[in-house]
Amino acid sequence: MKKVKALGLLSGGLDSMLALKIVRDVLGCEVRAIHFYTGFCITESQRRRGIPGKDGKPKANEALVAGARLGVEVEMIDISDQGYLDVIANPKYGYGANANPCIDCRIDMFVRARKILDEWGGDFVFTGEVLGQRPKSQRRSTMWVIERDSGLQGRLLRPLSAKLLPPTQAELDGRIDREKLYAISGRSRKEQMALAVELGLEEYPQPAGGCCYLTDEAFARRFFDILDHRAERRIERDEIPLLATGRHFRLSPKVKLVVGRSEGENFQLQRHAEGRYLVQARDVPGPVALVEGEPTWEEMVLASRIVARYGKGKDRDEVAVVWESDGGRDELTVDPRIDESTIEALRI
Amino acid sequence: MRPRADRIVDTSGTFCPVPIIETAKAAREEGPGRILLVIATDPGIEADLPVWCQGTRNELLGIEREGGRYLCWVRLVEKR
Repeated sequence: MKKVKALGLLSGGLDSMLALKIVRDVLGCEVRAIHFYTGFCITESQRRRGIPGKDGKPKANEALVAGARLGVEVEMIDISDQGYLDVIANPKYGYGANANPCIDCRIDMFVRARKILDEWGGDFVFTGEVLGQRPKSQRRSTMWVIERDSGLQGRLLRPLSAKLLPPTQAELDGRIDREKLYAISGRSRKEQMALAVELGLEEYPQPAGGCCYLTDEAFARRFFDILDHRAERRIERDEIPLLATGRHFRLSPKVKLVVGRSEGENFQLQRHAEGRYLVQARDVPGPVALVEGEPTWEEMVLASRIVARYGKGKDRDEVAVVWESDGGRDELTVDPRIDESTIEALRI
Repeated sequence: MRPRADRIVDTSGTFCPVPIIETAKAAREEGPGRILLVIATDPGIEADLPVWCQGTRNELLGIEREGGRYLCWVRLVEKR
């Protein structure tokens, strides 16, 4: 009998690792594992800004680590394209507590997974989703909406909660044994931890409460600030890394300042200087900053004072600040002793 | 002595996961026994490539740092 082929979405967390173990080792399916990179991953972003792990070295990608532990190749698929960003900026089902449109995001991912499944000739997609674990995307009603809108009706298996959900076509056909699936629900991880022992999964990451910047409050403020100050509801790909980098200040509806907080962030900002003003103090160490938009003279002075304020020359009477762009070079000498309340009023 | 590479995968200037995506693409196109030289500027490659090799069972022959670049050699193995 032809082996059942299953395509797994592997985030790298315990639940998705368990799902893969169940489908491969308990159900005996041929498994292919994929991981979608959205551009909003906190771990990846921290690495780009030079923030190391606890051992002082760069953290490894969690999905790849999971693949190593499970002995399976994880195909990394970059979905941080404009199509995905348009979904994030215009979610049909709205946002969660912050800028997290979890339902629309899942639908977009599952549509992409369905296309891969069909090209591969696979039988179903599986995930580590647990009924009731997350308030927005893992409720019974929304899980059904995600399945319907992604075109995966009957072909989406959630092995950890399968017995609490309608059977998939593979279960109905007897190609996989529903009795070998689980009935886990809720936010507790106790059952999953016990199952990890049962299935011989010795190492797995501790629950981290999500790895997505869209669920972060400060990130969300900056995300919506962009959308609120733009005629078209759209966000560009090269803006995403900047949203997690530096201190952000709204100088006017059309002008924004981003000031680096560390060497890693300064490096990151320098990489994104194209099409923006690169601003930094001339004679004293200090942050790298970017200015987006076309500032007035007053806004240039204000931005220069903020940049100087965060550098080593903050107690001087004057600091020379250099502005560089594709259009040339400019220089302003400003008083860096700017009132904190003025800065706070501008902070995004 | 450095291994002789059959194919160079230059991912300079990109950030993970792009170096892994490019490495995996080259691995799919090449046969077992072939050696890839992966060049990366993202320090994350030092963490990601070893675990990718574990998951794919490809053999990591070594990683060397040369200035701001990482030179990584991977021998591809037969897929089980």
